[in-house]
Amino acid sequence: MFYREAGQFYTTYAKDQGIFQLKQDKYGLWGLLFFAFLVVPIGLYLLVQGGVMAGTTKDYLYNSILLLLLVNCMAAMGLNILTGYCGQISLGTAAFMGVGAFTAYKFSTGMNYRVQKEDNAGELVSTLVPILPQIDNPIALILLAGAVTAIVGVLFGLPSLRIKGFYLAVATLAAQFFLVWCFSRVEWLYDYTSSSTIQIPLLKVLSFIETGTITFGMPDGSTKAVSVSGFLVAGSETLKVPDGAKTIVSASGFILTDFSKALSSPDASRAVTGETFRIYPVPETKYIFSLAIVVVFAFIMKNLVRGRIGRAWMAIRDMDIAAQLIGIRPLATKLLAFAVSSFFCGVAGAMLLIFYLGALEGAEAFNINESFSILFMVIIGGLGSITGSFLGAAFITLTPIILINVQPAISDVFQDKALVEHIQFMVFGALIILFLIMEPLGLSRLWQIAKEKLRQWPFPY
Amino acid sequence: MRLKGLTLGLAAAVAATGITAPAVQAEETQFFPFFTYRTGPYAPNGIPSANGMVDYMNYVNLKWAGVGGVKLVWEECETGYNTKKGVECYERTKGKGTTVVFPYSTGITYKLIPNAARDKISILTVGYGRTDASDGRVFPWTFTTPTTYWSQASAFIKYIGAQEGGMDKLKGKKIALIYHNSAYGKEPIRTLNLLERKFGYKLTTLAVNHPGQEQKATWLQIRRDRPDWILLWGWGVMNQVSIKEATNIGFKMDRMIGVWWSGAEQDVVPTGDAAKGYKAGTFHAAGRDFPLFKDIKKVVYDAGKGLPGGEKFIGQVLWNRGVVNSIFATEAMATAQKQYGVKRVNGDQMRWGLENLHITAERWAELGLKGFMQPIKNTCADHEGNGPVLIQQWDGKKWNIVSDFITPMREVVRPLIEKSAAAYAKKQGITPRTCS
Repeated sequence: MFYREAGQFYTTYAKDQGIFQLKQDKYGLWGLLFFAFLVVPIGLYLLVQGGVMAGTTKDYLYNSILLLLLVNCMAAMGLNILTGYCGQISLGTAAFMGVGAFTAYKFSTGMNYRVQKEDNAGELVSTLVPILPQIDNPIALILLAGAVTAIVGVLFGLPSLRIKGFYLAVATLAAQFFLVWCFSRVEWLYDYTSSSTIQIPLLKVLSFIETGTITFGMPDGSTKAVSVSGFLVAGSETLKVPDGAKTIVSASGFILTDFSKALSSPDASRAVTGETFRIYPVPETKYIFSLAIVVVFAFIMKNLVRGRIGRAWMAIRDMDIAAQLIGIRPLATKLLAFAVSSFFCGVAGAMLLIFYLGALEGAEAFNINESFSILFMVIIGGLGSITGSFLGAAFITLTPIILINVQPAISDVFQDKALVEHIQFMVFGALIILFLIMEPLGLSRLWQIAKEKLRQWPFPY
Repeated sequence: MRLKGLTLGLAAAVAATGITAPAVQAEETQFFPFFTYRTGPYAPNGIPSANGMVDYMNYVNLKWAGVGGVKLVWEECETGYNTKKGVECYERTKGKGTTVVFPYSTGITYKLIPNAARDKISILTVGYGRTDASDGRVFPWTFTTPTTYWSQASAFIKYIGAQEGGMDKLKGKKIALIYHNSAYGKEPIRTLNLLERKFGYKLTTLAVNHPGQEQKATWLQIRRDRPDWILLWGWGVMNQVSIKEATNIGFKMDRMIGVWWSGAEQDVVPTGDAAKGYKAGTFHAAGRDFPLFKDIKKVVYDAGKGLPGGEKFIGQVLWNRGVVNSIFATEAMATAQKQYGVKRVNGDQMRWGLENLHITAERWAELGLKGFMQPIKNTCADHEGNGPVLIQQWDGKKWNIVSDFITPMREVVRPLIEKSAAAYAKKQGITPRTCS
């Protein structure tokens, strides 16, 4: 009744080719974006200010749910291009994400290499020498990560011209193992740290905008302000406490501050000299950033798949010989799918490092289980569907978290922690099977059926 | 005090000058989150560790009605030894008044270190984690008490030297390191390489990938190389497999030394009698013959208030270590209570308590653990507390201590820690605080 095209006329070709044929869909999407970009951050902020929600609950929502969800959406979109639209099964998604993360890390730290020399005492002295200036702009890092991953993806996509189906899956599995081996063995990738972990340094955007002020109280009663510029996205920044300051009068802006070393020690009454304090990014900045990236790439993907390129991918997926006969070049088409898919995965990997984890260990963060879980997202969400990528990512990411949060209720009954955890695994597994039996084509198909039903409502024929 | 201001284009936010600790919960309790793993490939080791931590806190509540009259409350969060799940645990429990976390995973520790100062939550890693975080000037919020992997590696070399009849006899000896291919397993390599240059032994490093069941290639290489000594740096199911493989190729078990995470009952029992003679590092005594452990059995388990099926773990190596973990936390809390004259301690105060943690021999005796551990003393610059290392040996039934307390080569390890911490500080733009 409400969800119907009746009365909607298109008077130009451009309008007729719009992404959304129904005004309801279009406005629905705008509403969703409005909700995600404005209602979520402002609403949560107001809830915290109003005392309805604890500040830490808000941090929890951002840091461990929303950011992870966005990263997973991005990765699922990437894999969906390759597997869902072009029909090439890949088990190397996590490794490609890893390439993105390590590219972002290497560019953010200036592509260091190590020079080792023996000093006079015969001890080995190693120094790191940067060969490029450090990049502290997350957008640049993410695009570079995507570009480098696209190249790596094309290299590993080359066998797809000769092998298909499960055999290709095995070939991409090789990419998974080889790249993860690199992450834990090629010392250059992790700057020769003893533990092979990487940690993203300070990243900042829009450094020319003043985003916060911290006012210090001086002994003579006057105040002195230190201003903060730019939006911090990752890492933390060290600032100087004005010499002689005694108290902090106020702090405001898009920052989290830590005065642990400067003014909160047991003898806080003393005036300080030469001390520093650190500022950290707020989760809101990370969230808005990740969301914007995901939205932009979803838009790009939507337009890719409904145009010539997407149709070529789908033709190859449905029957490659027939596609070749109608003039689609398999080489270029498949490799392009690998390139674009890897670009997306690389972006997802860089986002994982920059926005979500901050510090990670390559072999652990990008192991084979991650590849599988992204493949499950795509399958459960729906192959060949952008909505499906989002729904699948949401299902795989959120279900365990929801189950964990209802866990205390079960714990009281069973007492045994391990049993409760195993029950959670079983419930999750059962849900996956249930959904696949109900709708083998994925959650996006369910959504589509719901829309069709809605069109006929209340007069089904 | 931590100040947090947000505007988000709506309103300019808050200010505070003094102490504004949010009173999240009732005044008389102190909250501790436990990041545990009772499932997955690391569960055999995770369960006794978790039980030890919980049992001691439970005991303190039942016996002493908490610490300084403050009841201890806790929540277990299953990480499965997975960093992402660990992050979720950390964020979820943060709001309940967390002052200190025990990640029980080197990977999760690395991830949490950058957050610690921001959230005012200390990270206490008892015998694991990031070694160079022992430098309290660069890492004020991270504690590696009582000792670290680098210290342990140097102690092992010292022990091997003693067994060979002198450090000069190490020259030309072949030592193989079999390690878990992760941040955890890689920790000792740098120290062992440095000592290799110093003492002239030959080090071979052999990585085993998570979760560690697949080690055929590793042991093939061991058979080819015929090392004089094997050091094992494993965890979970990897230990069991390694020890079994070593017996399969007939390696002399008393020349195989495991890290303290590779020396628990769970690791040797599956191999049976063949594991006899296998050695492992530790930093506390083995067994259940201590007054405290007997009392825990009486007060907690005999009263029917223990964890289901938990009684059999009492006195096991990892259970004992879990107890040590909780003792450090409660002792630090008591130290902070005394210093600040408060009941419930906040993040800053807990950090101070950990930094000034001092458990003397008398205090160990008071706790009912005479001779269980060496005295521990942390300082502002040294968060390791310089705990010495013991070697224990499996006799087919139980672990026995077979060495004296071995002092690590501090003159080698400490400069390494300071250099590594300084490099980290430089990279992250941290100005190390002064400790004087």
